[in-house]
Amino acid sequence: AIPVRSSRLPSLSDAMPAPAHLFPLIRNCEISRICSTACYCHHKHLCCLSSHFAHSHFRYAPQKKFAALYRPKENFNYFIHARDYASTPQRFYLTPPQVNSILKANEYSFKVPEFDGKNVSSVLGFDSNQLPANAPIEDRRSAATCLQTRGMLLGVFDGHAGCACAQAVSERLFYYIAVSLLPHETLLEIENAVESGRALLPILQWHKHPNDYFSKEASKLYFNSLRTYWQELIDLNSGETTDVKEALINAFKRLDNDISLEAQVGDPNSFLNYLVLRVAFSGATACVAHVDGVDLHIANTGDSRAMLGVQEEDGSWSAVNLSYDHNAQNEHEVERVKMEHPKSEEKSLVKQDRLLGLLMPFRAFGDVKFKWSIELQKRVVESGPDQLNDNEYTKFIPPNYHTPPYLTAEPEVIHHKLRPQDKFLVLATDGLWETMHRQDVARIVGEYLTGVHHQQPIAVGGYKVTLGQMHGLLTERRARISSVFEDQNAATHLIRHAVGNNEFGTVDHERLSKMLSLPEELARMYRDDITIIVVQFNSRVIGAYQNEEL
Amino acid sequence: AASMFFQLLSDVRWRTATAKWRRMTCSRRSTSSMAEPHPLPLPAQAQVVICGGGIMGTSVAYHLSKMGWKDVVLLEQGRLAAGTTRFCAGIVSTARHVSIELKMADYSNKLYQQLEQETGVKTGYVKTGSISLAQTQDRLISLKRIASSLNVMGIPCEIITPKQVAQLHPLINIHDLVGAMYVPEDALVSSASVSLALATTASRNGVQIHERTSVSHVSVQKGRVAGVETDRGQIQCQYFVNCAGQWAYELGHTVEEPVNIPLHACEHFYLLTHPLKEPLASTLPTIVDPDGRIYVRNWQGGILSGGFEKNPKPLFTEGRNQLEIQSLQEDWDHFEPLLSALLRRMPDLEALQIMQLVNCPESFTPDMRCIMGESPTVRGYFVLAGMNSAGISYGGGAGRYLAEWMVNGYPSENVWPLDLKRFGTLQSSRTFLRHRVMEVMPLMCDLKVPRWDFQTGRQLRTSPLYDRLDAQGARWMEKHGFERVKYFVPPGKDLLDLDQSKTFYKPDWFDIVGSEVKCCKEAVCVIDMSSFTKFEISSTGNQALESLQYLFSNDLDVPVGHVVHTGMLNEKGGYENDCSIARLSKRSFFMISPTDQQVHCWAWLKNRLPDDSNLTMEDVTWKYTALNLIGPRAVDVLSELSYAPVTPEHFPSLFCKEMSVGYANGIRVMSITHTGEPGFMLYIPIEYALHVYNEVMNMGQKYGIRNAGYYALRSLRIEKFFAFWGQDLDAFTTPMECGREFQVKLEKGMQFVGQEALLEQKQNGVYKRFTMFILEDHDTDMDLWPWWGEPIFRNGRYVGKTTSSAYSYTLERHVCLGFVQHFDEKTGEELVVTTDFINQGEYEIDIAGQRFQAKAKLYPFSSLFTHRRRKDEVELSDYQRE
Repeated sequence: AIPVRSSRLPSLSDAMPAPAHLFPLIRNCEISRICSTACYCHHKHLCCLSSHFAHSHFRYAPQKKFAALYRPKENFNYFIHARDYASTPQRFYLTPPQVNSILKANEYSFKVPEFDGKNVSSVLGFDSNQLPANAPIEDRRSAATCLQTRGMLLGVFDGHAGCACAQAVSERLFYYIAVSLLPHETLLEIENAVESGRALLPILQWHKHPNDYFSKEASKLYFNSLRTYWQELIDLNSGETTDVKEALINAFKRLDNDISLEAQVGDPNSFLNYLVLRVAFSGATACVAHVDGVDLHIANTGDSRAMLGVQEEDGSWSAVNLSYDHNAQNEHEVERVKMEHPKSEEKSLVKQDRLLGLLMPFRAFGDVKFKWSIELQKRVVESGPDQLNDNEYTKFIPPNYHTPPYLTAEPEVIHHKLRPQDKFLVLATDGLWETMHRQDVARIVGEYLTGVHHQQPIAVGGYKVTLGQMHGLLTERRARISSVFEDQNAATHLIRHAVGNNEFGTVDHERLSKMLSLPEELARMYRDDITIIVVQFNSRVIGAYQNEEL
Repeated sequence: AASMFFQLLSDVRWRTATAKWRRMTCSRRSTSSMAEPHPLPLPAQAQVVICGGGIMGTSVAYHLSKMGWKDVVLLEQGRLAAGTTRFCAGIVSTARHVSIELKMADYSNKLYQQLEQETGVKTGYVKTGSISLAQTQDRLISLKRIASSLNVMGIPCEIITPKQVAQLHPLINIHDLVGAMYVPEDALVSSASVSLALATTASRNGVQIHERTSVSHVSVQKGRVAGVETDRGQIQCQYFVNCAGQWAYELGHTVEEPVNIPLHACEHFYLLTHPLKEPLASTLPTIVDPDGRIYVRNWQGGILSGGFEKNPKPLFTEGRNQLEIQSLQEDWDHFEPLLSALLRRMPDLEALQIMQLVNCPESFTPDMRCIMGESPTVRGYFVLAGMNSAGISYGGGAGRYLAEWMVNGYPSENVWPLDLKRFGTLQSSRTFLRHRVMEVMPLMCDLKVPRWDFQTGRQLRTSPLYDRLDAQGARWMEKHGFERVKYFVPPGKDLLDLDQSKTFYKPDWFDIVGSEVKCCKEAVCVIDMSSFTKFEISSTGNQALESLQYLFSNDLDVPVGHVVHTGMLNEKGGYENDCSIARLSKRSFFMISPTDQQVHCWAWLKNRLPDDSNLTMEDVTWKYTALNLIGPRAVDVLSELSYAPVTPEHFPSLFCKEMSVGYANGIRVMSITHTGEPGFMLYIPIEYALHVYNEVMNMGQKYGIRNAGYYALRSLRIEKFFAFWGQDLDAFTTPMECGREFQVKLEKGMQFVGQEALLEQKQNGVYKRFTMFILEDHDTDMDLWPWWGEPIFRNGRYVGKTTSSAYSYTLERHVCLGFVQHFDEKTGEELVVTTDFINQGEYEIDIAGQRFQAKAKLYPFSSLFTHRRRKDEVELSDYQRE
């Protein structure tokens, strides 16, 4: 995030020592113009409101972990604008293989195993990928199959003010969900196993890219918190069958609560102590899907988005939103926040489309600065390690901070019964949605997954078409879809479009190459981290489920 | 689309059918389309019920009725010839690679030609001829091989130049062609009409045809078909014939004991156009351009063109989605590569107007050969399906062979390559089939080169040593789902990748196999031969011996511990199986058969062994890993590992002993190698396999032991003139014809199957003789290699075909094995083949049209190997006793 409407030129150049090859891009344009227009900050979650803060922030900006926060972020469109000013563009391109190796570095695919031609899962598999803009990337993703209950979990997590919270949520949330879904007997069994030191039943089977790491140091701490949770569940023993929606909500709230508690309690190990504080003081949004047969639940906290790709009878593609963004654009959200606080705060609650003028998402994990009382914050920071104490950001109390908490991790859950025409689900962080309209996303993924065939089938019908004409038409179509074949992964394909699309909606290699060759320090100006999971559904299985129900 | 079908069927002239047929037609129409409440009732019983009214079902009905079986009911779930048959492109082409397929197509062609005259139903038969184009030299070689086969079958066929192609067909762009094959007698038909014509004759002969009747269940009693249940009632029957095309798989599963029919449908597209300005002549030859993956025939003044794309679309994996094949979606994008190929081949067609793209599913099988024969589990349950899109070409012949099979108990030709029993249950997983047919369909147009292996559906059955061998550079082939080593690529050496290694010439593994052979000859090699089918037959009393003595031609009443090579013969004395049987004890036998015998041999024995609870037969294939220890030093390795004397004096050839090898006990060691080389087969309980293998390899080090594969084995056995069942031997070959009289004990004191036929042969002589040929003027490096199926010429006249071939590293020559017949020069009548006849000829082998001189031999080169003959004397001398 960057200081709004007031960033200073010198700081910009400080923050982005643009390497030589980039100069051609910007050297002829008026940098001041870029900045005066560019700094409309609408992407980053956390934004520091006033210029004096901005100023002081820049002082400690070099501190790596928060550095990303203060990088100017430019409107995407402005890039094209800037290019127009280059009178003698010296071209610097990544070659297509280089572009591909960048795009494919984080791609991951999982196919649900097929047995005897009959796939009993309604999920065929998923593709996921991430393209970093921050260094290190602040987005996280997770995917796992529930082993003790049915269903599959998939989620994207967008971190802000560092990646610690997103990392912790990506490691922990699915365990909380899985535990919330477990029947009483299984919980007992697991508890007994732990008690007697026997091997635990595996709860989740993770589907991870090698880069998706789990922190070893904290596993014991995380495990203990989780165990406390299931012990409470055992004690509660409602005896009712678990409702997925409720389970999701409980899991989200419980995890956020644990994050908060762990930070308050601290840990004797100084590394862990610092870790839990970083987790609590940074924040993350989460958009999680649970698929079990035809039952699709989306639990969303924040401004990542879930979208269903639907194929209409005529073969065309349409998008159905399965989540609501929790931000200032969502009237209900604004309404909710206002309801929860006294009328006196109404004006200061949402400023510049941000919560308390600072935070873009209206719901998030972590971010204790928006949840704890001022006293608690001060106490924790003061008793915390020096790194924390020295950090201006953590010490800074949001303005107009009267009636915390201002922020919740409680998700909004949407239940959808899958139909045969529901072909895929896209979960993505706002890095995708801010560059692409969901309708385009639906079309691009749909055409990718079906290999363009069902998009607009050509039918000769009663028309007079010659072989030559048809051949011409087909060759043209083939050329158009050839870019599809470059990618073996739907998420990669989508990123290629998100980053490289020109005004005609097709991938422009030149543009793609330029976007990807931006140096680390500059990338954040032009784009946000992008994380995408594309889940493909098995329409045959879904159709069979439907018939059964009939 | 509906109008389109009508046009497709426009040359089906219902009105020209006979009065009787017309009556049927009328009644059908009234029952089906007008839903009259009283269709003809089904009979309560019949001898045969055929399910499926396509070309296959009607052809079987036709032939059965012609052979005198008239109590036949044919059931069709929709309307006659309304399935794949209706959409079939109607090309009758005899250009086939497999000789039995070639014979079927030839017969079909001749049958269809006279069908119109016979039945009065217009079949649209036009003799147009066909031209197969070659864009590459390799393709031309492939065509020349087919041309050689066609010519010796008496089917006119010639290899022509591109210029001649242009003369035969005005539209063809010949610039990228290197040659072509012209088969002038190939024809076009309207496939639906052919089917209806066959049905007409069948119906005249008394076959009852019921449309709109679907079979829901086939009931079985005591392992035999008892009847069928349909949506219109039950019919009791003795025979059931499954001709359900792409639904055959599922129909097979409607039996209490499922009949596995491994086939799977793929979408298949072809294009129909409006007539050209100057309509094409109906006699214009059909064009097949395999390199472009397309075929083109004239169709009502325009063209019909389809092909076999590289990326097929399998369908109906989950099963029956519809009754008749409704018009599936046209998929132009999918058709684009084929359209490009078409316009490249015939550029003038650009301006031609499209009429329709037809999507017509075809069913494909795991090995691209059709499926016929009786179920191994349910007697009286016959199958004819899986035509791999050549239903019209095979229809007549296949129907005839199946009818013969039912009426006579066996068909008049060797149909083992098409026999349902070549498959086991392992090939009927839907996932396997779905993946495999996606490989098979493109293969229709791919170059067929020797020693080609399927790439899909692999690693299904493996030896416990698989990983060990794989890590040592093993390259694998598959037989009956079992992975077998071809050869071992030495470390640091790399072979060409799959596509580039396709060749009709010297392959890239030549030296690798050469060194394995050398090691077998001079030191010792290990070959994992676990895929062999292994049965144990035992009884409480003498039942096992008595039954086996009856079922096998050699004398099995040998002392315990002896191994006997013997044929399992049919009534005509032909080999149903060729196996080695060890007598483990007075009352139990251990039987080793070729890998692909697992289903066939089991069914054969099951059907013939007495139903006696004291007699048990068990398939123990999976229980033993078999290691073949080949070479002069095998004896040293084994003796060091067992501390038992295994020298020829103590362990002569053709013996079987249970002994310990390393720590492992109870290893069945047999002094045979299936190659004529000295050595041992070790049958190891699988849990000991890794241990024994490790011990053998460790101990063998000082004797220069190494791994070897089946290619080395093949070279060894062929140069020693060992015939293998399934390649050289089949149900139409007797021991007398392949110099194995010594394996037949005509005087063993009791009757056995095939004895009469053999006695007769012994008296009258044989009509074909298994012979070994050594190619004389063949340059291994430069010339085309023989494969199998090459015509053999004696004094310039065709006398037979080869059945297998290999390069002999010892002789440094190619060796071909094959059968020589003696045709009367004037009448063509088959005469007795004598030793003199064989010895007094000048021989040539025709490899893709080029003839190579060959020396014929009836006995193996024993002298060549004398210096290393040690204890294989018995094995070899057996052969020389004759």
